[in-house]
Amino acid sequence: MSALPGSAEGTAVTGLDSSPVQPAPADLPPLTEQTRLEAREIMARYPQARSALLPMLHLVQSVQGYVSPEGVALCAEELGLTKAEVGAVATFYTMYKRRPTGRHLVSVCTNTLCNVLGGQRIMDALSADLGVHHDETAADGSITLEHAECLAACDYAPVVTVDYEFYDQQDVESARELVAALRRGEKPHPTRGAPLSDFRGVSRQLAGFSQWADADAEAAAIDAPWSAGPTLIGVHLADERGESAPEMPRASATSSSGAPAAEAAGVESAQRGAPEPAGRSLADQNDGTDTPAGSEPGTSGQGPGKA
Amino acid sequence: MPLTPVLTSRWGADQPWRLSTYESLEGYAALRTALGMAPDDLVTLVKDSGLRGRGGAGFPTGMKWSFIPQPKPGETPTGPAAKPKYLVVNADEGEPGTCKDLPLMMTDPHSLVEGVIISAFAIRCHFAVIYVRGEAVHAHRRLVAAVQEAYAAGYLGTDILGSGYDLELVVHAGAGAYICGEETALLDSLEGYRGQPRLKPPFPAVAGLYGAPTVINNVETLASVPFVVRGGAEWFKAFGPEKSPGPKIYSLSGRVVRPGQYEAPMGTTMRELLEMAGGVRPGHELKFWTPGGSSTPYFTAEHLDVPLDFDSVAAAGSMLGTTALMVFDETDSIVEATLRFTEFYAHESCGKCTPCREGTYWLVQILERIVQGRGTAADLDLLTDTCDNILGRSFCALGDGATSCIASSLKYFRDDYVALLPPEEQGRLGRSLRLEPVGAAS
Repeated sequence: MSALPGSAEGTAVTGLDSSPVQPAPADLPPLTEQTRLEAREIMARYPQARSALLPMLHLVQSVQGYVSPEGVALCAEELGLTKAEVGAVATFYTMYKRRPTGRHLVSVCTNTLCNVLGGQRIMDALSADLGVHHDETAADGSITLEHAECLAACDYAPVVTVDYEFYDQQDVESARELVAALRRGEKPHPTRGAPLSDFRGVSRQLAGFSQWADADAEAAAIDAPWSAGPTLIGVHLADERGESAPEMPRASATSSSGAPAAEAAGVESAQRGAPEPAGRSLADQNDGTDTPAGSEPGTSGQGPGKA
Repeated sequence: MPLTPVLTSRWGADQPWRLSTYESLEGYAALRTALGMAPDDLVTLVKDSGLRGRGGAGFPTGMKWSFIPQPKPGETPTGPAAKPKYLVVNADEGEPGTCKDLPLMMTDPHSLVEGVIISAFAIRCHFAVIYVRGEAVHAHRRLVAAVQEAYAAGYLGTDILGSGYDLELVVHAGAGAYICGEETALLDSLEGYRGQPRLKPPFPAVAGLYGAPTVINNVETLASVPFVVRGGAEWFKAFGPEKSPGPKIYSLSGRVVRPGQYEAPMGTTMRELLEMAGGVRPGHELKFWTPGGSSTPYFTAEHLDVPLDFDSVAAAGSMLGTTALMVFDETDSIVEATLRFTEFYAHESCGKCTPCREGTYWLVQILERIVQGRGTAADLDLLTDTCDNILGRSFCALGDGATSCIASSLKYFRDDYVALLPPEEQGRLGRSLRLEPVGAAS
């Protein structure tokens, strides 16, 4: 890393980066009483209120487009923390922006797999078109550009996201057109995702609130048409080849669907008093991330038997 | 082996993310069965099925559940057994190459929700959280909708389906940090802190979320649970090898003709999967690939017939990880690929442990100068030495994972590194290799 995340281009690494340093722009939408009420609503979702901090940071970002000093202060006040404690958390996570963002956040995956298929070339082209580098905002305020780490869409590589909605299988030209359209104020439909809103809208969703005006718009976002070729490719190939999983044994399948819930619950409560099965002992406990001791190397694959 | 859609069996349906579709395809049938069973019997069933964690480590799921301390009948519980139990879903998919959980949550979120309810019932938990990666907004959106539908239909909330069992389920968005896929870092993040791993022991089964007994399972693991309940342990064990059974989503990406998600039994080989995916792109040949994401040592064409299950891949010198099969051909520079992965680890190192924080930083510097033709003869040993000082010396597996691609690329393709050294440096190694073009041709 040549500079700390969020530091200005060319900033010397001293380990003492203290951004955000800019005073809030005069036209920044204020955090209101409504914001506080919503923050408290988030806090009520969890057994311990501090668990709400990440969603609360998404919330203040949804109002102001970044985590401003005012946003940090609001979270600190509501949770009874110091601003330093909140700042320590906010600066740890890539998605919390420390300077005002554009209307849209364009993220280009430049990790290995996307890169061999052209991710870096896309990033370089967009950087030239917008006249900005990583984590900077175009002069017209339309777009903040960033290179992203793996976006978990490698089967659609190379991928670009706008406000984290997927624009799959991009190339330099399609990505440049996408960005040009965004700058004209258009909202091209994602390959997989809801109709595009903006960075603040999506931040609101991540805080756990609807970003849509009404239930119909919300349903439309959930059910938006998508192009999910690579997701479905194995399913379609299995159909073509007439291949399927072994059938489940009839008995266990039918006994489940027939039993009314109340009856099922009766069985359950009757069995609750059953004695503890032997053999459970914490002394047996292994490291939760290791494979169990004593497991032998796997036998070579056997085809699934027909039940 | 044939394709065996189980987890993906509903994906081709019309709007499979909607409750109505899910219910029309046996959805929530397993929950009704499960609520009629004793929780301990569910734990035993999952143990007997041989289901192992799909998040990368392959720990037996039923065994993990059985570690949760439960009150003994007739006794007043003390210690961890007296505390609430929590179930946390690790949906923070971010390992480079890994792209199975996002499509699952986007396409069939109810299968995860049903798996959560059954699993929570089994460990006697009344508050569960799905910690979903923040960038995964469409998956988050469909999960939130699925959870709302499940509440409205009486599958969540109080007195679920009249059983007397209560469960609250919260969908919680992360904020962009790969380290939060590590289970204890995820817990810290979920408690509202920087996502940094905790020292183990104590394990989360005893002291997890809020210091209480907690099970953390991966998305694909929990989505498998309803099928185990419906089909039974013997049916589940019919897929693949005895020690590592079950249907598995294999994610192929990179230089293949048809990248995507292919569900087949555990133990399917790369040769079989490549055939399904149409092979490596025409006119090119496989050079290297990862069996389970960037943290798993590279494989080569020699390994095409290794059964892709936890134990066979480990025996062949790598890890099954998340079955993220990234495919690279002869036009791709393994040194540059390794540099990109290493930059990723340097960016994502949480900074808690010195070997990982400093080591990944220096690995990037060394690899960068090699890729730029400024490397020295000593750099290859320096890479190995630096890796040795990271591996096994940090709290969590991030640092270990960072060394995998470097150590394995040096093992299989040392000449590719040497070829990038200036001629005089090659001379020091007694070698003279032609400089190969660097960079991504496509």
